[in-house]
Parts: sequence; C-alpha cells; structure tokens
Amino acid sequence: MAADFPYLTVLVLVPAIGAAVVAVVPKKGVASWFHEALGVAVTVVTLTVSIAVLVAFKSGVAGYQMVSEHNWATGLGIHWSVGVDGISLFLVVLTGVLFPLTMLGARARRDTRAFVAWVLLLEAACMGSFISLDLILFFLFFELTLVPSYFLIGGWGFARRGYAAIKFFVYTFAGSAFLLVGIVAIAFIHKSQTGVLTFDLPALMHTHLSGTEGVLLFCAFTAAFAVKAPIFPFHTWSPDAYAEAPTAGAILLVGIMAKLGTYGVIRFDLNLFPQASRTLAPVLLTLAVIGIVYGALVACAQRDLKRLLAYSSLAQIGFIALGTFALNSQGLSGGVLQMVNHGLVVATLFILVGWIYERRKTWQIGSLRGLQSPAPVLAGVFTLAMLASIGVPGLNGFVGEFLILLGTFVAHRWWAVAASVGLIVAAIYLLWGFQQVFHGEPTAEDTTTRDLSVNERLIVAPLMVLIVLLGVFPKPVLDRITPSVDRLVIHVDQVTHTPVPADLRNPVVAIRTPGSATSANRATGGSK
Amino acid sequence: MTGLVASAAPTIHVPHVDYLSILPMLIMLGGAIGLMVVSSLLKRIMDARSGTIVAVTVSAAALVAALVQWDHVATHGPSVTIAGAIAFDGFDVFIQIAVSIAMLLTALVGDGYLRREGIDGPEFHVLAMVSASGAMMMGAANDLIVIFLGLEILSIALYVLAAFNHRRAESGEAALKYFVLGGFSSAVFVYGIALTYGATGTTNLVQIADYLSRNVIVHNGVLLGGLALLLVGFGFKIAAVPFHMWSPDVYEGSPSPVAGFMAAVAKVGAFAALLRVFVTSFPTVRADWQPVIWALACLSLVLGAVVALTQRDVKRMMAYSSINHVGFILLGVEACSARGVSASLYYVFTYLFMVIGTFAVITVVAGRGDTRSSITDYRGLAKRQPLLALSFAVLLLGQAGAPFTTGFLAKLGVIEASVADQGYSLAVIAMLSGAVAAFFYLRLAVTMFSPVGPVGDIPDDEAGTTNGPDAADTYGSGARSAPDDQPASIQVLTDAAPEADVAAHGPVPVPALTKVAIGTCVAFTVVFGVIPGPILNFAHQATLLLLR
Repeated sequence: MAADFPYLTVLVLVPAIGAAVVAVVPKKGVASWFHEALGVAVTVVTLTVSIAVLVAFKSGVAGYQMVSEHNWATGLGIHWSVGVDGISLFLVVLTGVLFPLTMLGARARRDTRAFVAWVLLLEAACMGSFISLDLILFFLFFELTLVPSYFLIGGWGFARRGYAAIKFFVYTFAGSAFLLVGIVAIAFIHKSQTGVLTFDLPALMHTHLSGTEGVLLFCAFTAAFAVKAPIFPFHTWSPDAYAEAPTAGAILLVGIMAKLGTYGVIRFDLNLFPQASRTLAPVLLTLAVIGIVYGALVACAQRDLKRLLAYSSLAQIGFIALGTFALNSQGLSGGVLQMVNHGLVVATLFILVGWIYERRKTWQIGSLRGLQSPAPVLAGVFTLAMLASIGVPGLNGFVGEFLILLGTFVAHRWWAVAASVGLIVAAIYLLWGFQQVFHGEPTAEDTTTRDLSVNERLIVAPLMVLIVLLGVFPKPVLDRITPSVDRLVIHVDQVTHTPVPADLRNPVVAIRTPGSATSANRATGGSK
Repeated sequence: MTGLVASAAPTIHVPHVDYLSILPMLIMLGGAIGLMVVSSLLKRIMDARSGTIVAVTVSAAALVAALVQWDHVATHGPSVTIAGAIAFDGFDVFIQIAVSIAMLLTALVGDGYLRREGIDGPEFHVLAMVSASGAMMMGAANDLIVIFLGLEILSIALYVLAAFNHRRAESGEAALKYFVLGGFSSAVFVYGIALTYGATGTTNLVQIADYLSRNVIVHNGVLLGGLALLLVGFGFKIAAVPFHMWSPDVYEGSPSPVAGFMAAVAKVGAFAALLRVFVTSFPTVRADWQPVIWALACLSLVLGAVVALTQRDVKRMMAYSSINHVGFILLGVEACSARGVSASLYYVFTYLFMVIGTFAVITVVAGRGDTRSSITDYRGLAKRQPLLALSFAVLLLGQAGAPFTTGFLAKLGVIEASVADQGYSLAVIAMLSGAVAAFFYLRLAVTMFSPVGPVGDIPDDEAGTTNGPDAADTYGSGARSAPDDQPASIQVLTDAAPEADVAAHGPVPVPALTKVAIGTCVAFTVVFGVIPGPILNFAHQATLLLLR
C-alpha cells in the first residue's frame, strides 16, 4: 500500500460504514448469524487496518504520523485532522483488537442486528477519538461514543439497565458540557492572539494563557475526562454502568472508553495547559491515590464479581492518572502502557465473568465454589489475567505499574508509597475472590459447570498471548511510546521552566540519584 | 442607504413598490386568498388533498421566488424598498426561504392529519399560508409598524389554527389561552413601539439606528421602556421564560401539525424581527438590553430543560424542550455580533426541520383523534415500526445536540458566539441544560426501543435460574422489582404500559406525504450534520448581506 494511504480515515470509515450496512440489512429472511458475521468481518478488517498502522508507524519518531487534514466545517473552524503518535498508537491497536474479540466473546441474545450496528458505531467513535487532532473533531467522537454505549446498556443490559444507562449518560454529558465550552474558549483566546479561528491541537499548543485562564480551562477539560475515566470522586456512575451493562458493553466501557478519559488528560490537558497541569498535579495525584486505595478497599467489600471488577478498574485508572501526573518520562510511559495493559486484562476478566454468568446465571461470589475442578481451563485463564491485574512480574501489568510507581517515586515520593498500598489490597481482593470462586468443594451445580469450549479458548488465546508478550518483552512497545512521551514531557518542562533532568530516561541512574531529581522537581512543583 | 431613505421620504403619495422584494410574501398571501375564493365558489366542499396540492405548489413557488431574491441580493447587495418599510437583504431572504420550507413541510404533514381526521375544506392550509406570510413579513420588515403587522398576521391565523380541532375541548382551551395572552402581548408590543417612537422620532429601524448613532440620549428612560416592552412582545412570541406560560398548554391542545408549525414558523418570524430590531437597530444601547436577554436566555435554558423532565405528555415535553432551544438561540442574540446573528439564523433554520419532523412523528403516533401523545404510547414503537422509531430517534438526538447532526453544529455555533463575547458562564449554563435536555430526549428514545410489557421480561439475560439467597435477591426477583427503588423521573422508563392497550395500538398508518416530510427532515438533519458547509455558508452569507 502506498505510504500516503489514509489509514486513519479508513479506520473510522470502515466501522462507520459497516454499522450503516448492518443497520439496513433486512432482518426478515436473514439469519441473525449473518449480521454477526458481517459485524465480525468489519471489525476484523478494522483490526487489519490498525495493524497496518502499527507496521507503518515509524519507531523513534516523536511527532504525529500519518497526518491527514481536510477542510470540513470551515465556517466554524473545524477541520478533519487526524494523526497518531506513540501515545495513541497502541490505543488504536487495542481498540482494533478488543472489538472483534468482544463481538465473538460476548454475543447478544436478541436483536442481533441493532446490537452489532451499535457496537460498530462505537468502534468508529472510539477510533475517531484516539486519532483526532482537531479539538472539536475529538469532541464529536468523544460524545458520539455515548450514544451507542447508552443504547447498548439500555437495550441489552441487566435488571437496572435503564437507571444505569441514564446515570451514565447524564454524568458524562454534563462533564462534556464543560469540555465543549473550554474548547471553544481556548480557540477564541488563540484567535484573539493570532486572528485565526482554529481548533487544531498543534496550533493551539502555542496559545499563551494567563495562570487563571490556564487553571480554569484545565478544570473544564479535566471535568469531562475525569468523569469519563473515571477518576475519584467522579466515579459514582461507573459501578452501576459496568455492572448493569451487557458483557460486551462492560468490556468496551472499561477496556476502551475509560481510556478516552485518561488519554484525553495526556493528549489535551498536558499539551494545552502544561503550567496548570504542573500546578494542579498534587491535587490530581492525591485524587489518583484516593481512587487507588478507595477502589481497592471497596472492591474488597463486593460480593459480586462484576462490581468487584468495576471497583478494581477504578483503582487501575487511579494508577494511570498517577503516572500521568508524575509528569516525567517513566510515569507517563507507564501510564500509556498501563492503559493498554488494563484494557487487555480487564477485557479478559469481563469476558470470563460473562461466560461464568452464561453458565451459572450469577455473578455472586458466594454462590460459586470450586469451579477449578470442573473448569480447569477457565480457572487457568482467570488466574493469568488476575495475576496480570495484580502486577506479577512477567505479565504485562507489572511493567506498567512498575514504571508508574518509579516515575511517581522520583517526582512525588509519598504519593508513590501510598499508592503501593493499593497494590497490596488489590492482591488481597483478587486472590480472595479467586479463592472463593475457584477453590473449595464444588456443589452439585458447580461440578456440572462446563469448561471453556474450543471457540472460547480461541477467543481468549490472543489476549493471553498479548498479556504474556507485553510482560516479558515490552521493549518494542515502549520504543514507540517513549519518544512521544519524552516530547510531551519536554514541552511541559519548557513551558513551566523546569530544568529537564538529563538522565531521567535511564531509570537506574534516576533511582541512584533520587535526591537531586526529586528536589529539582519538588522545588519547581512547589514554587509554581 | 440613508440616501435612499431620504429621497423616498418627501414623496409621500405612492411609494415605488419593488415587487421582487416582497414576492414570496405576495405569493404566499395571494395563494391563501386565491385558495379561499376558489373553494367558496365550488359547489362541493373542497377535499383536503386539493388544498394540500395548492398549498404545496404555492409554498414551492414562494421558495423559488425567494431563491430568485437571493440571487438578486447576492449580486446587487442589500437595499431598502417601499419607502424604507421593507429591508431587502440576505437576512430577509434567508427568512423567506426558511418560512417557505416550513410551510411546505407543514402542508405535507397536515395532509395526513386532515385526511385521518376526516376534515375537508381548505381552511387549514389557508390559515397556515396566511400565518406563514406574516412570518415572512416579520423577516422583511424594516419598520416597527411593519413588524407589528407581520406579527398580527402571523398570530391571528395561529389563534384559529390552534382551535382547529374543534372536537377536542383542549384545542379550544388552547386557542383561547393563546388568544388572550397573545392579544395582551401585542398590546404591550404596540405600546413599546409608541415609546420607541417617542424617544427616537421614527419607527424605521435604519433611521432609529442612525439617530442613536448620532445622538446621545441623556435621559433614555422612554427609550429603555420602549425596548423593554418590545422585548416582552417578542418574548411572548418566542416563548422565552417568563413569557412562556401559554406554550405547554397550547402545544398540548393544538392539533399536532399545528404545534410543529407554531414551533417552527412563529419562532423563525419572531427571532428574525428580534434579531433585526435589537442587534442591528439598538446596538448602541446594547449594554442596557444585553443583561435582560442574558436573564431571559438563562431562565429559558434552565426552566425549559428541568421542567421538561417532569412531563409525561410528549407534546408538553416538546413545548418545554422548545423553550430550552429558545434559550440557546438567545445566546446568539445576546452576543450581539455578526457571529451571533449567523449562529442564531443557523440554529433557527436547522431547528425548523427537527421540530417539524418531530411533530410529524407525534402526529402519526397520536392516531385518530390526535390523543395518544403520552410517553407510554411510544413504548415498543421500534418493534412495531422500526423505521418510524429510528427517524424519531434521529430527530430527538439532533435536538439533544448529538454529534454529526445539525443540532450539534447549531449548539456549537451559538456557544462560539457567546464565548467570543466573553459569555463563558452563559455558555456553561447552556451546555449543562443541554445535558439535562439530552436526558429527556433519550428517555423517549429508549422508551421506543424498550420492549412492550414489564421490563425484565427478557428470557436468558435476566430470568435465568439463580441459586443462593444473594443471587435471588439481586438478580432473580430483582429483575422484576428493581424499578421500585428508582427515582420517579426514571420510573417512566420502566413503566409498564397496560399490555392490552399497547397491543390494541398496532402499527399506525404513515401517510405517504408525511413520510416524505419526515424523510426530508431526517435527511436534512443528518446529511448537513456530516457535510455542514452549505448551510453554514448560507447563514454566514445571509449575515454578511445584512442591512445595517
């Protein structure tokens, strides 16, 4: 394929057109598997394109690649401007990977056509959000994700789905209200300085903002992202939404849409408001740590596997936010990597929990016991994903969490210490839940629980491979993430006049001289 | 401009009439009168379809005439005609086009309604066309008196239209309410004109602007009083809070296509006049009127969105939702800038399609007698008529401001205008109210897509076997009793319509012409949401060619 092939635009168009096609294929006279097959085919094509993006991506280049720009609504200053860098690349690939697996692993029981169409539309919206370089374009896709996910929760969810769907929608929509006003505001501040009305991210990065303006706009942007992620204390919609969503909805909500929030923070907050990010970092770090500890503690109290995963996700997102606001290379790289890791791990866990529900019609930890003997493969896969979630070395979760804690420790030592408490508690609740469900003496009903079928094994196999692969050999991934992250860190440091520690790229050196690096960061962090 | 006015002023006898400048208006009014005369000469009562054919033809002709006008204005620039009473500019032509389209769509929707209800005779179309010509006149008016004329032509026909369904008591009640309050507001408006005349010595908008830019009125109490009264009159017509009291009752009581027409045409006309009067004639005293508009916008946004939440009747809900939209459009007025005018025009134009389409669906679903407009009547619509439900969902999402619909761009436009004028707080209030509004649009959408009968009646997903006390508690019986612990506003979602009742509804027939109208509205909302250029440019050009 030619080098200037518009990969990224295709990434959005394929699922969007797929959704439209599925929606118009008649229901009568067509078996429901046909819609599913069509859906899977579309997601596989999208996956192929996203892998093509991965292959075409030039490692070691920091800036945006495969950029394509077209006029769209020039009257309002909006352009179709898309591109990827190391920060978004793996989120695009993650989206490409998770959608076909979700489509296969968490199928709808009824009204397949609409279900497939909504899932495809959601994929288009997620892809669009990750590749948009125009703020309004990003906002459009960011908002567009709400519509299909609302209908997925409301249409195919569980008992309290109506309530959960509306709570989810209203919370996130209210957050977005601030985001839109913030976007328009920064564009007009930029216009007053340059005379050009644009929403282009690279152009807006050079807007001069006063301290107050920066802080206010940072808060407006972060309101939307913190709700979407969710970062404590904006998380109250999430346990309901995750628990009541159908399995597919839960996977996509936690695996991909949650990343929209953290991605938004990295891409927009740090790029546009470096000064405010630096100033408010302690606040966000504190919220992240509270989220980690609170999520872990509440997860301990859950008797329901899905809610347990929901709260554990809150803790995991806390880790990502922690790494982000360490505002150094390791922390940010760890945060970006952890977004991908968490997506993979949590998708696996939700798929498995969905399958357990299919077999037993319950998620209650108390009513499941000793599943290990009738379903050893299920137990094995669960173990692997759980260990990855805990952060056992050799699996992907470890790499991300290690980098995050390292980065945070260098910059803000005590937050890192507090956060590591969350790690320990995570081990407690996950192991406890695992023990309850898989160990012990199975009841009569437990013993008849089916193990994973061949199809199901094939579905989780790619996830297993990726979890292990990223754990033992994260270098190719980090090689692509790090240049972009470094560029971002340098941008933040330049704007905030922080001396760039020359040796931060090398963790060993950084650890050996924690005093100097820490004091440098502390001094600037405190004085700004 | 002033030269033109000055030369026209001394020769008072018969001003030169530039017929092109009022052509669409003449076609619309002439069509209405012609239709009425012809039908009265016929031996039998004219059937509804013939009236529709005439109305559609006349509206199309008016649309073509307006497009010819557009071409003329684009090449020759804006001007005033007929002794300065009519502004012949891009803004005017934009309104002519909008009203013609609204009339065309309403004629299509009205046809199905009239035939279903068995109402023969051309009166519906005649009144609608007269009303439309009034709105057109408000768009073209360059003189407060002409605005008043347009306002009255628009309103009097609407009073009658509201009472059109004489078999429903609510219809008569709605009309009476509308008439009494409308008459009152007109009186206030006229008094406003008088005070403005007293303060500036003229009712001509260009001359008022001219006068105010040359003179500083030291004691401007009379002028401000006049402005305030004008604003009350406009506020009533656009149904801005606190002048909105009539609108829920009137929307609920009026025949559904009339409510759609009212929401579209009355707003287009009134906003056209409001924009022209305040933004182009009184920009010099903007510091005095902006805070008032700010308050009106803020109240409309909040009250419209919040009260709509509590409504169980879709037509009442739409009335409050349209109050919320009025708040958004007022954002553009409040900005008092070219960007604001352009954004308001774009908003009004795109809202017209959404609201007429929405009321077209409401008309269809309401069934014979035009009575079924409770939210529960929409339960399971997607099952019975997927295409109708999908169209309705798109129109609702458009109004909620979903991405890739014209509704989003309209909201973005007014937010941009407001922020450009430093109106951050109003922009935030507007977007938050939009979030609340999204809630009730979606509630309706989900009602359509949720199955008939009690929620939880879905095999496999919820009604599976459960074991253990916890499981049974949460997901077994819980599946059926869960709605109990939900807030009332969400309860609607899970309300089970009496099944026998719903079954009796069956699929409602959708007349072919109504299909065309709904299809046009949906297509417009989506296509120009994805390809926004043409309409945005149109509104932008109209503003550039605005007479100042």
